[in-house]
Amino acid sequence: MPGTLLDNADDIDYSDIEAKYQVEYDDSLDNTIVVDGVPVIDKGKLEKLLTKLSKEFGKKGVLVKPDEIHMPWDESSGKSKGYAFIDLRSVEDANLALATMNDHPFDARHRFKVNRFTDIENFATLDETYVEPPDEEYVPREHLRAWLTDPQGRDQYVTYRGEEVEIYWHGKPSQSELAHKPEWKDFLYVAWSPLGTCIATIHRQGVRLWGGPSWKHQQRFAHPLVKLIEFSPCEQYIVSWSNEPIVVPEGAQQGPQFFSPEDEGNNLAVWDAKTGDLLRTFSTHDGEAPTSKKQMQWPALKWSPDDKFVGRITPGQMISVYELPSMGLHEKKSIKIEGVVDFEWCPLGDKDKAEAAKERAANGGSASQPQKKLRPNMLAYWTPEVANQPARVTLLNFPGREILRQKNLFNVTECKLYWQNQGDFLCVKVDRHTKTKKSIFCNLEIFRVREKDYPVEVVELKDTVMEFSWEPKGERFALVSSSDPNLGNPGPGITIKTDVSFYQLERAKNDFKLLRTLPNRTSNAIRWSPRGRHVVLATVGSSTKSELEFWDLDFNIEDTGRKEGQTTEWGSGIQLLGTSDHYGVTDVEWDPSGRYLATSASAWTHTLENGYAIWDFRGQEIVKQILDRFKQFIWRPRPPTLLAKEQQRTVRKNLREYSKTFDEEDAAEESNVSAELIAHRKRLVDEWNAWRALRTKEFAEEQKRGPSKKRNEEKEEIEVWLDELIEQIEEEVVE
Amino acid sequence: MKPILLQGHERSLTQIKFNAEGDLLFSCSKDHIINVWYSHNGERLGTYDGHNGTVWTVDVDSESKYMISGAADNMLKLWAVATGKCLYTWEFPTAVKRVSFSHDDKQVVCITEQRMGYQSTIRVFNISREGDGKNQSKEPAYIFSPIGSKATVCAFTPVNNVIITGHESGKVALFNVKSGEEVNNNERAHGDAVTDLQLSKDRTYCITSSKDKCARIHDTKTLMVIKTYTTETPLNSAALAPTKPYVLLGGGQEAMSVTTTSLRQGKFETRFWHKVFEEEVGRVKGHFGPINTIAVHPAGTGYASGGEDGFVRMHHFDESYFRAKPYGDVEIDD
Repeated sequence: MPGTLLDNADDIDYSDIEAKYQVEYDDSLDNTIVVDGVPVIDKGKLEKLLTKLSKEFGKKGVLVKPDEIHMPWDESSGKSKGYAFIDLRSVEDANLALATMNDHPFDARHRFKVNRFTDIENFATLDETYVEPPDEEYVPREHLRAWLTDPQGRDQYVTYRGEEVEIYWHGKPSQSELAHKPEWKDFLYVAWSPLGTCIATIHRQGVRLWGGPSWKHQQRFAHPLVKLIEFSPCEQYIVSWSNEPIVVPEGAQQGPQFFSPEDEGNNLAVWDAKTGDLLRTFSTHDGEAPTSKKQMQWPALKWSPDDKFVGRITPGQMISVYELPSMGLHEKKSIKIEGVVDFEWCPLGDKDKAEAAKERAANGGSASQPQKKLRPNMLAYWTPEVANQPARVTLLNFPGREILRQKNLFNVTECKLYWQNQGDFLCVKVDRHTKTKKSIFCNLEIFRVREKDYPVEVVELKDTVMEFSWEPKGERFALVSSSDPNLGNPGPGITIKTDVSFYQLERAKNDFKLLRTLPNRTSNAIRWSPRGRHVVLATVGSSTKSELEFWDLDFNIEDTGRKEGQTTEWGSGIQLLGTSDHYGVTDVEWDPSGRYLATSASAWTHTLENGYAIWDFRGQEIVKQILDRFKQFIWRPRPPTLLAKEQQRTVRKNLREYSKTFDEEDAAEESNVSAELIAHRKRLVDEWNAWRALRTKEFAEEQKRGPSKKRNEEKEEIEVWLDELIEQIEEEVVE
Repeated sequence: MKPILLQGHERSLTQIKFNAEGDLLFSCSKDHIINVWYSHNGERLGTYDGHNGTVWTVDVDSESKYMISGAADNMLKLWAVATGKCLYTWEFPTAVKRVSFSHDDKQVVCITEQRMGYQSTIRVFNISREGDGKNQSKEPAYIFSPIGSKATVCAFTPVNNVIITGHESGKVALFNVKSGEEVNNNERAHGDAVTDLQLSKDRTYCITSSKDKCARIHDTKTLMVIKTYTTETPLNSAALAPTKPYVLLGGGQEAMSVTTTSLRQGKFETRFWHKVFEEEVGRVKGHFGPINTIAVHPAGTGYASGGEDGFVRMHHFDESYFRAKPYGDVEIDD
């Protein structure tokens, strides 16, 4: 019945469709601007002025025809009112005019003030009475170090596999559990801040920080296409780097947290981690072509250990030190050093930190000058041989800028600076060449920084040193040396043979002496436990070898606290605790407590058996996970302990008592878990036995009914007969 | 536990089987030969020559008098175990994939391959144990072709005239051989082809292995899945250990992809799983190809595995195996 259909058609409510497809008329006045500061003229000069105005605007790229300018007239005086309205073609043009023509000097006496027409309207109707803004309710922030209050004192680690990040607790087997599984998307990699307060994800748009017990978003740094980031040692600042120079597009968001047009072309940015403000940007390729293939040094900025200064090197010319938080050049001038190649800040020892803290407490936070006894910052740099000048390693104090010690070196190919983490020693690994420049050997120049006049001692080695590492808080170091002919020409399947040596400071003679050499290894990585004493030697990045060796350097000593006054034989405390193997290992890392070691095989390097393993310090495997597309494993760092020296000592003294309670806890938990498991197993066994009993009974009944098989089974008495035979043989032997 | 390496085959193993007492081990291979070995020292007792194609399957009766074998030359042969003589030969249009004796040794069931227009067929023969054994009936007692996915493995259940079969689709079913009708089935027993089926001593339950990386224990009466053992590799064989609550699983990735993966990833180990708790308790490595077949000594004192690498490894358990109680004192019925 088409009639009814038509009838109804008129009744249909089209209003929703009409609303949807309604054409919006552009009746906004956004493209109209008001120009103030136009000269006051009379009618005769109008045409001339309009042409001039349109020309002025045209120069800046805003096309205006003279007849699009409306100039109001004061009819009584017959003169113009000194302002004009201009209709522009688009909102973009209006924006451009606003940016370029505001404050434009028209002539000596007239300056343009450009405003949007709509703004003028708003200003005119603005309410003049001041209204108190409503108080924002205070929202307490989560404690960023909440993870340290874990009752079991567990450490955390983060894993990145495929596209997924997971954060785990690591403890006893029953306590190892997933802590958080964030839903972060589209990032390159993750990184912990150096004290573990927050975790950073590197996105296309910039860097994000997450933290607190709920892993909320904490801060972000908008640096498009960022590739590398680095935190300052006290976590106050962040440095980000991208290979692409910064571009600030038209109309980009502006503010202290964003790049401004002045930053364009730079690619290194320093941010305040707490406020998210941009402090300063740099370009990493000053003076050279941005396409130069030379490898960039990373970290590009080196922080002093107290976060007060940051140094930046211009190779061959100078070191520029900037003061924080202003990021201004310290004393407005760089330290000019001809030929400088590299420098390193001296780290602060635990003692220095404690003293600095005491100082701050004594001053009550006032900004008075620190007393003299505080150790100033120090930095070491080296310059290579040029013409008749020898190579030089220099120790400089800062901000005093006095040279403390200088050492001349000859036949130098390359130097590397290694500070012991307490700032007690500086080792300069000097790669030297023989006169013919054909072979390379190695010297270690060790500066004893805590002593008067900074005495230097030389350890001469015949081989090339591939890896050097100080024992944290210790007086020992380990090095990997090699005389393998394949060294320097890496090829597939070539594993370089190495020797590993340990050295220790001999107190009596005050020099470093060889403790022991482990010959014929393949190890190429040294990983000291963060508490010293234990060290792991690993073969990393080889396709055939992947050994891990767990060493203890104080095996004979019960308590590490009583290292002084040892009379034991030199080097006798070195003991191999265990060896193991993690196929394809690419990364080796101790947990912050120095009790566990994590090894991982990352899919970024190869795709064979990716995954991670956790070992205890003896080399016993605790966890092993083989996961395809596994990329990253990082322990969450811990801030330094808040306990004072004396408190630590008391804890160590009463360790027995503490461990008693822990042992009890362990036992209780174990029995708890096993009780559950035993109950579960008992249930399984009961179910199984019940089922078997049922079937056996049925089977027996079946057999009774069909007696055919019975006879067969009787025949199977063979075993009894066999027994008898054996006894007979025995009797024969006796006879 | 040092295995005895039985090197008597030139190609990969297809099935191995102990006799009822466990003193003899029969092995058949793609090299057309059936070997018999003393299990205690690995000495070869003899061979059964006569097949002209891959010998897919063997079975031996409870008296170790007769042995039956099926091969890719489309023949089913009955042998005298003691003399090595072939007593009788049946010929079919397609290859014989699986044979099995009934519990009373009076019947033999065999599966023939689905090929060249012929359906996969199950035949049951009556075996005459009178005289020299050469007087066998040519015609099968029962013959039928299961509808749907072809059968890959089979065995007699304790119920007369009922056999249990495993199929390529992963189905496990019970058939009445008289009528050829499907008595019961479990379509979703496995997700992929069933590769092996071994019965418990009293035949009231059985273990199946499958390409879907699982092994399962089924009740042979109701076909209910009792236990599941999930591994990370396709399985070729599964066996039940008597006296101890373990099952033995063997497999490895497909033979065709072996050359492209390292031994580390091959997973060519015999896995020991706890029968009741469904947990892996240990592994025995040694083969450098996938394990095709596993058999456990009827007294539970050892086991043998046959691999794609052409070796049979005969293991006698150490004393610690019998002493070890990894789960404490639990009484588990066999």
